Amino acid sequence: MSMSALASARGAGRGRRPGLRRGEAVAGWIFTLPVLVILGVFLLVPVLMALWVSFSDWSGRGSPLSSEVGFVGFDNYVAVTTGGGLAERDFGVALRNNAWYVLLVVPLQTALALFLAVLVNRAVLRGRGIFRTAFYFPSVTSSVAITVLWLFLFSTSGVVNTVLARLGIAGPNWFNEPSGVLHNLLRTLGVDTGPQLLTGHGFLGLTWWDWLAGPSVAMSAFVLMAVFTTSGTFMLLFLAGLQNITPEVEEAAMVDGANAWQRFWRITLPQLRPTLFTVLTLGLIGCWQVFDQIYTGTQGGPGKTTLTPAYLSYQSAFLSQEWGQGAAIAFVLFVIIVLLTVLQRWILRPADGVR
Amino acid sequence: MTRPSHHRLAGAGALLAAGALALTACGGTGFDEPAGGASSGGTELTSSDDALTVLIGSSGDAETDAVTAAVDAWSQESGVEAEVQVANDLPQQLSQGFAAGSPPDLFYLAPEALAGYADNGSLQAYGDLLENKDDFYASLVENFTVDDTFYCAPKDFSTLALVINDELWAAAGLTDDDVPTTWDELSQVAQELTTDDRAGLAFGAEYQRVGTFMAQAGGGLVVDGEPVADSDGSVEGLEYVQGHLQDGTFAYAADLGAGWGGEALGKGLAAMVIEGNWVTGALDNDFPDVEFTVAELPAGPAGPGTLQFTNCWGMAADSPNQQAALSLVEHLTSTEQQLAFSEAFGPMPSIESAAADWTEANPDLTAFLDGAQYAQFPPTWAGATDVVTDLNAQLESLESGDVAAILGTAQSNLEAIAE
Repeated sequence: MSMSALASARGAGRGRRPGLRRGEAVAGWIFTLPVLVILGVFLLVPVLMALWVSFSDWSGRGSPLSSEVGFVGFDNYVAVTTGGGLAERDFGVALRNNAWYVLLVVPLQTALALFLAVLVNRAVLRGRGIFRTAFYFPSVTSSVAITVLWLFLFSTSGVVNTVLARLGIAGPNWFNEPSGVLHNLLRTLGVDTGPQLLTGHGFLGLTWWDWLAGPSVAMSAFVLMAVFTTSGTFMLLFLAGLQNITPEVEEAAMVDGANAWQRFWRITLPQLRPTLFTVLTLGLIGCWQVFDQIYTGTQGGPGKTTLTPAYLSYQSAFLSQEWGQGAAIAFVLFVIIVLLTVLQRWILRPADGVR
Repeated sequence: MTRPSHHRLAGAGALLAAGALALTACGGTGFDEPAGGASSGGTELTSSDDALTVLIGSSGDAETDAVTAAVDAWSQESGVEAEVQVANDLPQQLSQGFAAGSPPDLFYLAPEALAGYADNGSLQAYGDLLENKDDFYASLVENFTVDDTFYCAPKDFSTLALVINDELWAAAGLTDDDVPTTWDELSQVAQELTTDDRAGLAFGAEYQRVGTFMAQAGGGLVVDGEPVADSDGSVEGLEYVQGHLQDGTFAYAADLGAGWGGEALGKGLAAMVIEGNWVTGALDNDFPDVEFTVAELPAGPAGPGTLQFTNCWGMAADSPNQQAALSLVEHLTSTEQQLAFSEAFGPMPSIESAAADWTEANPDLTAFLDGAQYAQFPPTWAGATDVVTDLNAQLESLESGDVAAILGTAQSNLEAIAE
């Protein structure tokens, strides 16, 4: 009887672990349940609902899942990408601004973070702890506080312009100057308007000439701020990476007669590849999602040149009651971030295919 | 190999179950279904014993205190509890309230936001039920009317006028007789008042100021329900501004290093500014030593023109106690109460019966009220905010911009949302 009972139990519980291990899976699920529920309620469900909103005509009143809300297919996506109206142009402007922001911030902050990490990592440096704390300090300060600080520093008669004036330079009206940096450079060379090839054609409602305007002076101030605030965090990551590198390899290179410059590029940097990938990925994602600085600082102005997709998404939904378009912008942004991360992973892949 | 996949399936199942649970939970508590067909245009007001919540976007302590006092007084009288909340981001907090089905009962509502909320049924139209309905200025009522339905009671309004720094005016040898009444006179005094570190006339880089010149030349953005952004009048108005931005006698406040016109005037960065009623309180607070004169804006080739701004007391369709809310609105828009608000924080009463008392109490500010005779409104169509924001973005570089191109863009954007 016991034999048959055991056999039937085995038969019924096929795929379960026998004996003592039995019930472990259940216990495991119970232990992870709180996290699963929290992630589900606060992450998965909102994301799925936002995805639904981006395909619906929800107008912002009542539940988006109520029977009155209709499915409109890709209408919202069409409106922001090929609609030909203001929504499309705003999206184009936002992408343009943010692309320049990413293009400047990511390399600058990565280079600066690596530079600081190498400095702080040097055994000869006195008071390493102080420097490490000082460099990290901007990262732990609230971005709202730093934005306000930046608004003061870069105001027309602020500290930055005062210092520039001492040096005999008339500083720009930073956060009120919508002109593109590249356009300004070209203007000093006597080029006021682009060639017909660039001004006559465009993408997302913006001419190629406008795409090439570069970040506005106002956006440049935000670029400086991002580099200032995030380099500290990434410095810590690089520092951890540097301390993981065994000194033997470097010593071997020294014996081979490599100078400091060669050792950095040929020995240290290749070994930092995993850290570099992390820093670039985090930087890329953070930069494409820039929102709080814009919200507290400029609300997209001057001349929409600090408008970013994240802020535009908020603005379309909460201020213009175009909830579907706001959600659609968020998901297009999501796709852009994923594509760029995959591209960057491909570029940074090890040359010989070995990880 | 089979076990992990089996587990993964179970994991996905657990997540889905949790998600479904959470979804039903949301449907039950987070979002309340809209209260049936009694949304827009319904005349049946709800009634209950519920307390009222009033959400305001306050300009400062003076306004908060005045509104709170008025609501408390009504609460005492009616026996209905009411609480005033100050929003730090009014549009966002309103949107959240509407989505969650628990909006404030009454709230400040801007005309440009009216169409969007009216379309999705968030608002209870109650204008026709007001006892003092006929006392409101017709132009203000029109501003809060969507599809022939008068939605909400205008709470007050402001117009733009020319504000002059008396000291700088006198220092340039000008007298009361020199206050400009035409564009030519304005050009002349602006030039006389301009120095190396001061502009003659300053204003914000936005349609909400520059638009006065478009109106004075016979243009505007939307006139009589038609988009006229690229009309000859609009072009002439902007070209006049552009010319003077180029010769330095006009300037944008931001380019002078001031946050807005009032600050430019107070700091002496500009001798004249174009601002509304709010400028008086701000100048008294921030620059108590600055003496100023308020005059009507000079007339352009098509006559006088200015812009008018207003807000209304929006009522939520989901409010459980609309009858009490209506009674509170009638109290807040009464002659006596509006005069008290005007004294406390500056705007003009939205009802004609208060005009005489207001003029008597503010003899120096009559230019603001006189402007109401011919004032234009910013467009109020759904989507108009985005069009004006886009126009403002281009107006920032008006000095070097192409007027026809700027207004052409605005015109096509307006035509796209025209009703």
